Amino acid sequence: MHIITWLARRVGAAAILLWLVATVIFIAIRFIPGDPAEAIMGGPGSQASAEALEAAREQYHLNEPILVQYGLYLGKLATGDLGTSYAQHRPVAQVMAEMLPATLQLTLIALVIAWLIAFVMAAIAARSSRIGQAMGTIIEVIAAAIPHFWLGAMLIIIFSTWLGWLPAVDTGTVQGIILPAVTLAIPLSGFLAQLMRDSLLTAMNSPFALAARARGASEGQVFFRHGFRHAALPALNLTGWAVAASISGAVVVEEVFARPGLGRSLLGAVLSRDMPMVTGIALFSALIYMVVMLVVETIEAFINPAAARGDDQ
Amino acid sequence: MSQAAVEVKNLSVSFPGHGKSVIEAVKNVSFKLTPGKALGIVGESGSGKSVTARALLGLAGGQVTADVLNILGTDARKLPDAQWRELRGGKVAMILQDALNSLDPLRPIHREIADALPLARKARKHAAVEALRRVEMPNPTVRADQRSPQLSGGMRQRALIAQAMIGNPAVVVADEATTALDTRLTRLVLDQLHELTTQGIALAIISHDLAQIAQVADEIIVMRHGEIVEAGLTDQILERPSHDYTKQLLAAVPAGVPRFVPLAREVSQGATPQAGLPRSEASRKATDELAVEVTGLSKTFGDHVAVDDVSLSIGKGATLGLVGESGSGKTTTARMILGLTAPDTGTVHIFGEQFTPAKEIERRALRDRIGAIYQDPLASFDPRYSVSQILINALSQGTTSRARQYRKRAEELLETVELDSSVLSRYPRELSGGQRQRLAIARALAPEPDILILDEPVSALDVSVQATVLDLLDRIQLETATSYLFITHDLAVVEHMSDTIAVMTNGQLVETGIAEQILNHPRHTYTQELMAAAPTWGINRAS
Repeated sequence: MHIITWLARRVGAAAILLWLVATVIFIAIRFIPGDPAEAIMGGPGSQASAEALEAAREQYHLNEPILVQYGLYLGKLATGDLGTSYAQHRPVAQVMAEMLPATLQLTLIALVIAWLIAFVMAAIAARSSRIGQAMGTIIEVIAAAIPHFWLGAMLIIIFSTWLGWLPAVDTGTVQGIILPAVTLAIPLSGFLAQLMRDSLLTAMNSPFALAARARGASEGQVFFRHGFRHAALPALNLTGWAVAASISGAVVVEEVFARPGLGRSLLGAVLSRDMPMVTGIALFSALIYMVVMLVVETIEAFINPAAARGDDQ
Repeated sequence: MSQAAVEVKNLSVSFPGHGKSVIEAVKNVSFKLTPGKALGIVGESGSGKSVTARALLGLAGGQVTADVLNILGTDARKLPDAQWRELRGGKVAMILQDALNSLDPLRPIHREIADALPLARKARKHAAVEALRRVEMPNPTVRADQRSPQLSGGMRQRALIAQAMIGNPAVVVADEATTALDTRLTRLVLDQLHELTTQGIALAIISHDLAQIAQVADEIIVMRHGEIVEAGLTDQILERPSHDYTKQLLAAVPAGVPRFVPLAREVSQGATPQAGLPRSEASRKATDELAVEVTGLSKTFGDHVAVDDVSLSIGKGATLGLVGESGSGKTTTARMILGLTAPDTGTVHIFGEQFTPAKEIERRALRDRIGAIYQDPLASFDPRYSVSQILINALSQGTTSRARQYRKRAEELLETVELDSSVLSRYPRELSGGQRQRLAIARALAPEPDILILDEPVSALDVSVQATVLDLLDRIQLETATSYLFITHDLAVVEHMSDTIAVMTNGQLVETGIAEQILNHPRHTYTQELMAAAPTWGINRAS
């Protein structure tokens, strides 16, 4: 397929997906109990007067019929206007732009760490005995199952309180990001390692690996020329999900380590019913997911051109 | 006599089994490989022939011991891995069976062929293209950049040969290099292997098929349960086999054996002996009634004409052999007869009733009368179903897989296919290849069909196992007058099994007729070519 048509199709599909996500968010928000006008005025505790509430409703078109509201909402989104945060009284886009770098930095570092851990774990497990493999499986399952808040707390106790090596809260320094990133990475690496080990083992025992050995390749060459590619494919496939998972994981991790970021803003926005903020972050997460999937597919096409063209077998 | 390239004396290979037990895969095997000569190693799967072959490259795994293991003047008994790698990359090469996965599907084949060469990147690729040209790969420059899923089975096998030949080896080990290839490709690969010996290479050719090996090998060793049971010159093995097992292997080859004459000398373990069953042409219940009548079937996928105006008929209790190479449209024709693929044009009648085209609800009753068996039975079983669940599911027409009332009928079916009822609680993956194919037959027999479509039913089986399955199919046909459509690329099998033969190529039926006439007096040029490629060799059937 021609690259332009392919890209056009992708962008079209992404636009439709974003519209669906926006619609789902719009509907979901109507189901949240409580008066949005109250939230705008600072929540139920603010004791806002009836006139003030009415003014807020007027300002945010909350009195209009639901379809008109939906139309206005989509119209604003289409022009890139995410609205104004109820709680912070600033444009959502501006708040997000401030928070985004911190979260992206955290999730990217976490992804890299997760890939490294998973790769090393898979490589060790694939080369060890049956008992070693069983142990590997157990470690992977435990890693995948640990909740972020507990893991974060444990890492703080060990590395900050006891050993004093790393700060417990974000300090804006390099040391400050290590613990949050590792907290986010460990459960992810458990999932990735399980996938990688499976396909690595299959590849290393396949006839083409035997053929490679028969033409004089060393174990290391077999591993890097054949095993690694086959192991990376399913894990790459999962990376789109992994990014989404680390953004939702960031909600907890940023809170635990008191790091500013999108995740923490989302948590705050949900708690204070700051609907434009929730909408903005949710839509943005969907967009990131789509961009990551696009990148992943491109890398996959590079590793396995046959599958990308759809003529695999 | 010239100097031996490889000398092996009392080679044994063992693997750790469950607990402290030891599996002796190869026991005291001795042989020599001579430059310019081919040694054939024959045996069933599990006979230790592949492990023996891999021991010559230091890839057997397990515990290898030998009194002599001399490879090109090197004592290879305690060779360090680095030196093994040097031998493997250069002087000793292996040609693997193309199991679709012998070339890494993620890498272009020029890398798979040449990545062991100590050359620069560009030179390696150039060498790979040259190697492909030498094995007569069509379009070598284009093909070199493609990956194995884009190549046909024959091209992949050529690439595998090119891979083995690129380092100018002195010793080549070909492990089942012709298994699962169709007649013409087999011929081609065998010719290329023979060509190697004329270049002075010492060749070891391993196969379960004595007939194929006999065409290339100067000497043959026959292996069973890890031991050599017989060794000798090829002619001597073929004409005066001394060991019972060798005779059994020879008898299992279906070429030239008349219809309904049993191929397997020995009934496999746990089977029910068929007492006094008359097995001859005379006892057939065939009549003139037509079981299947196909007229003008055509199917086009996109702009590819898969099947073009095919008409054929099968008599009640008779077998039509459908022969053709891979991609000739055999399987699409079978799927249309089964009502699984809708034809663009054409009709299928079953016992005079219209089966295609017809509304699904109208033809449902007819579906029970027609069953199918495929090459890979494991893929057609739900891996989570036990044997009893598979059979009960078929008996109850998919309504249940556990009901007790079908149990007796399930046992009867197993008895029909000569399987012990103890397999009921086991799972398909725990069965051997032959047992799985028997189970597939049992399942197909559950609705008591009048017609069976057999799509390459024995192509994945060893010759000796194939013999027992073919005998079973013969017996079922004699007892129940079931009609068979027998699809295969193997001419010897089709000769043994068919009353009439239809030959397909490029989606068209080029010739149809009585089996004897097609085989001995083919009229169409394609059929003549096909027959010319078939193995021609004499076996003393009187033994």
